[in-house]
Amino acid sequence: MSNTRVTRTFAALFVTGALLACSGGDNTQGGGETDTAGGGESAAPMAVANAGTITGMVNFEGMKPANEPIDMSEEPDCQAKHPNGPMTETVVGDDGKLGNVFVRITEGLSGDHPAPSEPVIVDQVGCDYVPHVVGVMVGQGIEFKNSDGLAHNVQAQPQDNRPFNISQPTSMTSAAQRFSAPEVMIPIQCSIHGWMKGYIGAVAHPYFATSAMDGSFTISNVPPGTYTLEAWHEKYGTMTQQVTVDPNGTATVTFGYSASMAENAVVPLGEPFDPHNHSADGTAMRHAGDAPQMR
Amino acid sequence: MSLPATRRPRLTAHVLGALLFPAVLTSTAAAAQEPPGKVTYEKWCSGCHGVDGRGDGAGAAFMLPRPRNFVQALYQIRTTRSGSLPTDDDILRVINEGMPGTAMPGWRNALTQNERQDLVAYVKSFSRFFETDQPDVLDLSAAPGRTDELVESGRRKFQELECWKCHGMAGRGNGQSAPTQEDNNKFPIRPADLTQPWLFNGGSKAEDIYRALRTGLDGTPMPSLEDALQGGIVTDDQLWGIAYYIESLAPGKAVVREVIEARLAENGLPASPDDPAWNAIERFWVPLVGQIIVSPRWFSPAISGVWVQAMYDDDDIAVRLSWDDRSKSPDPAWADWRSRVTAVMEPKEGGDVTAAAGPAATDSSTAAPPASPDAIAMWFPRSLPTSMERPYFFMGNTKDPVYMWHWSSLGDGSEMLGRGPGMIDPVPGNGNGLATQSSFQDGEWRVMFRRPRAAADSVDAISFTAGQPIPVAFFAWDGDNGETGTRGSLSTWFFVYLTEPASGAVFATPLLATLLTAGLGLLVVGRAQRRERNGGTDD
Repeated sequence: MSNTRVTRTFAALFVTGALLACSGGDNTQGGGETDTAGGGESAAPMAVANAGTITGMVNFEGMKPANEPIDMSEEPDCQAKHPNGPMTETVVGDDGKLGNVFVRITEGLSGDHPAPSEPVIVDQVGCDYVPHVVGVMVGQGIEFKNSDGLAHNVQAQPQDNRPFNISQPTSMTSAAQRFSAPEVMIPIQCSIHGWMKGYIGAVAHPYFATSAMDGSFTISNVPPGTYTLEAWHEKYGTMTQQVTVDPNGTATVTFGYSASMAENAVVPLGEPFDPHNHSADGTAMRHAGDAPQMR
Repeated sequence: MSLPATRRPRLTAHVLGALLFPAVLTSTAAAAQEPPGKVTYEKWCSGCHGVDGRGDGAGAAFMLPRPRNFVQALYQIRTTRSGSLPTDDDILRVINEGMPGTAMPGWRNALTQNERQDLVAYVKSFSRFFETDQPDVLDLSAAPGRTDELVESGRRKFQELECWKCHGMAGRGNGQSAPTQEDNNKFPIRPADLTQPWLFNGGSKAEDIYRALRTGLDGTPMPSLEDALQGGIVTDDQLWGIAYYIESLAPGKAVVREVIEARLAENGLPASPDDPAWNAIERFWVPLVGQIIVSPRWFSPAISGVWVQAMYDDDDIAVRLSWDDRSKSPDPAWADWRSRVTAVMEPKEGGDVTAAAGPAATDSSTAAPPASPDAIAMWFPRSLPTSMERPYFFMGNTKDPVYMWHWSSLGDGSEMLGRGPGMIDPVPGNGNGLATQSSFQDGEWRVMFRRPRAAADSVDAISFTAGQPIPVAFFAWDGDNGETGTRGSLSTWFFVYLTEPASGAVFATPLLATLLTAGLGLLVVGRAQRRERNGGTDD
């Protein structure tokens, strides 16, 4: 063949090969339901061979401190939606149990986990965030809904992601926001109603859940293996446990919080940005080249 | 050497070159490693923004809001979506124009175009976000031009969208949600007083306001209305309406004049600070600045100026002062604000720049300051100066005290003597008949002082003579902002001048002179012409 034809043939072969290689890698199925109501279910992981399940319980020992009442008198429409009087949701759950604990795998996973196409929805009802604690995957859409018919704004204050501040002057749902870096937890708040506070956990994989009022949580479709689980609570801080998931098996995990933990609790979240934090793992110093951490 | 003459210069050159080459190499290498903006930045910017761009320079502790932290890369003034990075032009704009209402000056006239552009690149280099993210630029529309319909539409939208919850019904930044605000780094921050647009961080024109509505002011509680626009809750035209409405809240051009004119009252003096008669009296803007002369100094004053109006008649003089104040101090709703701002700005001048006064930062050692009232003072020399020599402008001194009118929201008006900064004592004797009235509405104080023009005390009080400039200076305190003693806002010497009405002679005399001159002229010319007609010969 002539030089030109050789070149063209190779080019064609190369392009075809590249196209085949690229198209084969995409995963198209996002999967089933996402966690919208804080009911203890995990986000939608893909079906995995011999997948197991982690079921867990978060116990609470001792007397729960009373949540503070909220003075909502400036917003009577919202106040009316709280027949028992509005309260903060710092420590909630049935007797002996702790709800709104965010649980996720922090070590032991490998590979990439694409984000589902369905968004997570955080609603504002009665001038409160529902759910109060929620998880979302990195790259997954999170939509904020205003069901109150009065002005709210959603101000997210992450450190590893870009903070934003969205006005919602009346009932509406805003376009999906996405977090591009894992971060636990990202606080959200309303500037108009200072008592409104919520927490979003941005996770690079789908293996997370929030405990329900009865303390229970479930993480499904977990590949067999040994993992580190971390629990996070907004007042009592974090704790970790090891768990081993057998093929097609169910692993049971219990976290035990107690009231005395409040004293020494470490509660990671978007804290005031520390200009003096020059440490290598300080959030300010992470560079683009770093591999995304499994957090 | 046996080299021919022609070779010697070339050899010398080669030897010299060989010796100098490493030096040249090192210096160009060093210059190549240093980013072009670094020298400029370290000379002009690092004093506030810090050598590492973290907003922790030596001057930062004296500023509220704090200088921007470029590592965090949360930019307030942009043309991009909330959460997005700014464009290069956005950063350059702020370098050029500065940010009014903050300590950031404009550098357009101080640095060359190249220096400023190099700064943009250098400032971006502090943050890793610029390596990974692209700015998401919004499609901002052009100004449609202000109309009465748009302003009215904006007024209605301002109500509907509940902007007043933070900015107040009259826009003075005194909404019910105002006292609890903090910025993204937990520093105290207040919603803008929309009637003082010269303090808007991003500029005061309708275009600037419209842009801020769309982008939000990232790093502050001010949200973006972009989602509401995309969701059909508000239209682009309505956003322009809001911008024009807010623009209409401005007081119009306030030219600062050194002489405050007091007018002669035709029909008696106003009866109260809210008397509609005041609306016809010209008002004079006196700018006030934070007191930074005498310790304890105050770098975050709440009151940026006061409007002064004055009238007099044969017996009395009346002065009305009006100024914006977000609360009627002491207001329990603002007690937490007072603690926070005092903890951040007051304790040790040159204190910890990172001290953000969230609940964690206020420990028992910085106890909340006692509740203090709103107050205002104006003072004069005790006698009319015969030259430009005046007492010390900041409340006088012991050698030459000033005569002062002082009003407080927890007390009344009283006549004082000022013997120096913050050293105020009641006048000796029974005073000279000063009476005050005050009213507070929608974030504005109005205080009326009234006193007989003739002072009963000829030594320690001034009489208000017409037709003479009388020096006057002012000091204002916002109690809920932690202002008391020497912490407050101060002016320099101005003058108050009781204008005398023009007498009829002012108009009559020129007319008379014109008629006389014309008459005489006609006479002279007429006589000369008659002589000519009669075949007059030369004289």
